[in-house]
Amino acid sequence: MTTTTSHSLAIAAKGLRKAYGDKAVLDGIDLAVPAGTVFALLGPNGAGKTTAVKILSTLITADAGELHVGGHDLATDPHAVRAAIGVTGQFSAVDGLITGEENMLLMADLHHLTRGEGRRTAAALLERFDLVEAAKKPVSTYSGGMKRRLDIAMTLVGDPRIIFLDEPTTGLDPRSRHNMWGIIRELVSGGVTVFLTTQYLEEADELADRIAVLNDGKTAAEGSADELKRLIPGGHVRLRFTDPAAYQSAAVALREATRDDEALALQIPSDGSQRELRSILDWLDSADVEADELTVHRPDLDDVFFALTGSTNLPNQPKETVR
Amino acid sequence: MSTPLAPTRPTRISLAVRDSNTMLRRNLLHARRYPSMTLNLLLTPIMLLLLFVYVFGGVMSAGIGGGGADRSDYIAYLVPGLLMMTIGSTVIGAAISVSMDMTEGLIARFRTMAVYRGSVLVGHVVGSVLQVLASLVLVGAIAVAIGFRSTDATALEWLAAFGLIALFTLALTWIAVGMGMASPNPEAASNMATPLILLPLISSAFVPIDAIPGWFQPIAEYQPFTPAIETLRGLLLGTEIGNNGWIAIAWCVGLTALGYRWSTALFNRDPK
Repeated sequence: MTTTTSHSLAIAAKGLRKAYGDKAVLDGIDLAVPAGTVFALLGPNGAGKTTAVKILSTLITADAGELHVGGHDLATDPHAVRAAIGVTGQFSAVDGLITGEENMLLMADLHHLTRGEGRRTAAALLERFDLVEAAKKPVSTYSGGMKRRLDIAMTLVGDPRIIFLDEPTTGLDPRSRHNMWGIIRELVSGGVTVFLTTQYLEEADELADRIAVLNDGKTAAEGSADELKRLIPGGHVRLRFTDPAAYQSAAVALREATRDDEALALQIPSDGSQRELRSILDWLDSADVEADELTVHRPDLDDVFFALTGSTNLPNQPKETVR
Repeated sequence: MSTPLAPTRPTRISLAVRDSNTMLRRNLLHARRYPSMTLNLLLTPIMLLLLFVYVFGGVMSAGIGGGGADRSDYIAYLVPGLLMMTIGSTVIGAAISVSMDMTEGLIARFRTMAVYRGSVLVGHVVGSVLQVLASLVLVGAIAVAIGFRSTDATALEWLAAFGLIALFTLALTWIAVGMGMASPNPEAASNMATPLILLPLISSAFVPIDAIPGWFQPIAEYQPFTPAIETLRGLLLGTEIGNNGWIAIAWCVGLTALGYRWSTALFNRDPK
């Protein structure tokens, strides 16, 4: 229905800036999300993730930046952007006073579907999100997980090609979280572009094709999960002991290991390759050390996240002008 | 509306009507599912009507009619004022429900959808006006049941009375919607809208302006309820209207414009 110029990027932002008073929430970030992929914006609380989603979904205006969503300019044609997107914000955007089905039909009406189309779409989505039984009950009686599912179902009524999800699994139990991941994967397999924010590194790792780590209003790093993991060292072999005496003698023998006296564990830097493991094992044998447990740790996004957003990153803080 | 809208397309107006209608249906659904709020707001005018007619009615009639009058004189005097008070009381519901809406994530969803921007407020306003009219029918029916009769109204005057009521309702509704937009939560909205039910108490609804102490008369006189009540009284009962008709219309137009500008300005502001 819209004449989108053939754009391979579903979302493109250059120099996105937003400040509240003296505080620069987004200090010139660039984003490029190819159509049909999942992009995760990762960052600690207050990093500006939600602000980025609010701006890109036309809820609030940016102070500066060249922003395109679905090929449409956010500044000049927000209405066309709105027609292309679906948004599920952090706080549930459902009408608690009416039933789940009425919520769905409300969305169908606002998307200007005909009565029949609206009923069919609502019924299909309620079915898909396992809400058929609850459909005739007021939403105020729903559990948190049910509200979240209804929220996403409502977002899908207009069949949007670009979907923004602001912390879609925050507050969900593990089962609901895995269900949500399944839903997101299903959407992407249908060609939808998903832009999500999350506090869970595991979630970004599971879902996202590309991840941007946001810290203090700036992009601290961007890339695939593997690319990000390569950015920092962190692989190690961990030896755990139950006998304090064995731990002590091992610690003396392995001088380069990092000690964890409380857990009676030693950490030896390693990339986890077979060759390195064998040399560690040989070493342990020759030192006559016998560990009770040996585990190999590859760097995960946690390591990346803490390395990039830790206090060691102070130079990246936004310049705050003094009044 | 001064809101930025869709790029020019032939169906823009019909889409605006359609979206507003959808929002209206949502508000009416709320009102139908949860009628307790409207009914609660209606309690005050109905209670005051019965109180003043049956408890104070005899004394009041004597005061107004100059002795010897019966209760019906006071009923006639009171009912136009109480109808206007019903408007002030019922629109508080609009302030509360707008404020409730604004604190929910649903409005953020509407803002990110390709719907007519003004439809949220238009839905609230039209819904509130319809609720007020239904309330007026109820209060009017009670008034007739306890003996109120329009003694001197031609068809044209009835029409004018309906027009005045509709205008006054629209004006107070827009003000109430603005109050709802400006309030951080429903409780604050309810407090902010309290003057809408206090003003008629200090107007000419219950006693003529002349019967009010001199220092207090300006407060009673220079506020929207008194001219509106005097005009309605004149139309239904044939009392002197004088300038009140024009003053009432000026109040209505002024309050509508103010409430509309206030509400839309707050709505178009970036949400937090």
